[in-house]
Amino acid sequence: MDPINFVILASILFAIGAAAVLLRRNAIIAFMGVELMLNAANLALVAFSRMHGEIDGQIMAFFVLTVAAAEVVVGLGIIIAVFRARQTISLDEPAELKG
Amino acid sequence: MSFTTPEIAWAPLTPLLIVLGASAVAILVESFVRSPETRRRTQLVLSLVALVGAAGAAVVQWATLDGAGTVVLDGMLTVDRQSLAWQVLILVFGTLGTLLFASRTRAGEEAFTPLGASAPGSSDETLARRKGLQVTEVFPLALVAVGGMMLFTSVTDLIFLFVALEVFSLPLYVLVALARRRRFLSHEGALKYFLLGAFSSAILLFGAAFLYGATGSTSYAGVAAGISSSTGTDALILAGAVMVVVGLLFKIGAVPFHSWTPDAYQGAPTPVTAFMGAATKAAATAALLRVMYAALYGLNWELSWLFWVVAIASMLLGTVVALVQTELKRMLAYSSIAHAGFILVAFAGLPDTALSALPFYLASYGLATMGAFAVITQVRERSDEGTVLGEATRLGQWAGLGKRSPWLAGAMALFLLSFAGIPLTAGFVGKFVAFSAAISSGAWPLVLVAVIASAAAAFFYVRLIVLMFLTDVPEGQEDAIEIDYSPLARTVVAVTAVLVLLLGIVPGPVLSAFENAGVLLLGAGG
Repeated sequence: MDPINFVILASILFAIGAAAVLLRRNAIIAFMGVELMLNAANLALVAFSRMHGEIDGQIMAFFVLTVAAAEVVVGLGIIIAVFRARQTISLDEPAELKG
Repeated sequence: MSFTTPEIAWAPLTPLLIVLGASAVAILVESFVRSPETRRRTQLVLSLVALVGAAGAAVVQWATLDGAGTVVLDGMLTVDRQSLAWQVLILVFGTLGTLLFASRTRAGEEAFTPLGASAPGSSDETLARRKGLQVTEVFPLALVAVGGMMLFTSVTDLIFLFVALEVFSLPLYVLVALARRRRFLSHEGALKYFLLGAFSSAILLFGAAFLYGATGSTSYAGVAAGISSSTGTDALILAGAVMVVVGLLFKIGAVPFHSWTPDAYQGAPTPVTAFMGAATKAAATAALLRVMYAALYGLNWELSWLFWVVAIASMLLGTVVALVQTELKRMLAYSSIAHAGFILVAFAGLPDTALSALPFYLASYGLATMGAFAVITQVRERSDEGTVLGEATRLGQWAGLGKRSPWLAGAMALFLLSFAGIPLTAGFVGKFVAFSAAISSGAWPLVLVAVIASAAAAFFYVRLIVLMFLTDVPEGQEDAIEIDYSPLARTVVAVTAVLVLLLGIVPGPVLSAFENAGVLLLGAGG
């Protein structure tokens, strides 16, 4: 199969992830959207790597995996702290900051 | 398949290794030193020694640099005068920020919550407070953030750009969430900062993937070569370039990628706001400069519309919305958005002079920012019973501050005048060099908008000065404000005030130093 198909798939996944971040009001779902975007980028990197016939893109994907794991730790930590404080993780609910 | 060990030139990495090594040691201190008070002192000394030592190492390197600079790690990292200048700048902000992190009120209260995991108002929190717990993790977190920012200013590879971005962003998200008071606001600011920050770094990464796909290389030099020889991949290159630039504009805080700024600035503990406001903007500007000049220079014409639109939108929106703010930290946040616009003015047309103008602009802006937020930590509310509460950040509460504490109010006025760009302050020289760089590339309409926006912005800075000096303390409110005294925070105020004045009156030496830094080591690596 032509690797360009994977790039198209990656773009679609990226768009779905971006839409989830921008449209969903639940912090966890929005965060899942971010993760989907990162993984879409990984897929694109690996596909391009295959197209170029070298491994730079695959190595980059490993870095992204590691960073994404660190990001999950920090992100879930913050979301749990918010949930403990106010028993909800809706992004509409916290509205103390305005203007 | 055989692997060859890469040759690594360790010496040019010394400042980075000092800071990142110290952060690793600081994490060990966190685990092995049990008494909170000893731990705090150890961490403070360790951080300051590391930051000052790294700054010294960077200065020594600057002095002994032979030729244009060195390429390290197969072109992943470039150490030239430009990157050393930014590194020193970030280390200065880091040192001042660490002093603010460690400052305490007269009653011995830090700016950070005693236990980050406890829910606000819970019995856990009360217990943690009574036991005298302290979140001394803020010091290693700040060190990691400083190390990441230093990396961010020197990287010349798209993989490393993304990694460095996350290395300095992740600790900042945590720091924003750790305020002692108004913890709901702090959590909310951190959540928004985190989601939008992660969103923007994903956009940057996807853009980097596109650039890699179109040019077959992740190094800036390879991307630049790929752009000039590209055939049939123009759309892919342009989409990738726009996404990388947008990811960086998020970190600079320019409109329409600014929506995290006011919330994160207001919610974060004020010392964190000071550090983040000064250092993040500097690091992101440095990275954007290098990306634009070393990798995407061939797309200068195609991308200039982006800088025009974003610069004008940031200047106008930042200024107009700051005019109607009644909360001080929020007002400064919108002012920082307007300043992001002023920074981007120098990017229009990519003149060579921007490489020496922007470090100066960011130095003047960052020092004034740190000073202004340090003053804010000193002005506190007092309850009817006389206990000192959190910071007084409503504008009305600052009425008559000049009579209560002339020096503090005077320093604040100096910082505000520097933001406004009044002559004899560093802000004036900064704006002058940045705008003349833009004019040299023919972007005079943009400079015209910038000058008008600066004049309008002066209104809300001067309004606060009038409030401090020409308004009386409201009737019956005489005891509502407490002027706190923390030696560390006062030191930061004094140092930044002196530097803002010095850079405004005798900018020559620093300007000529940055002129030497205005040359990038291009085309190296692979």
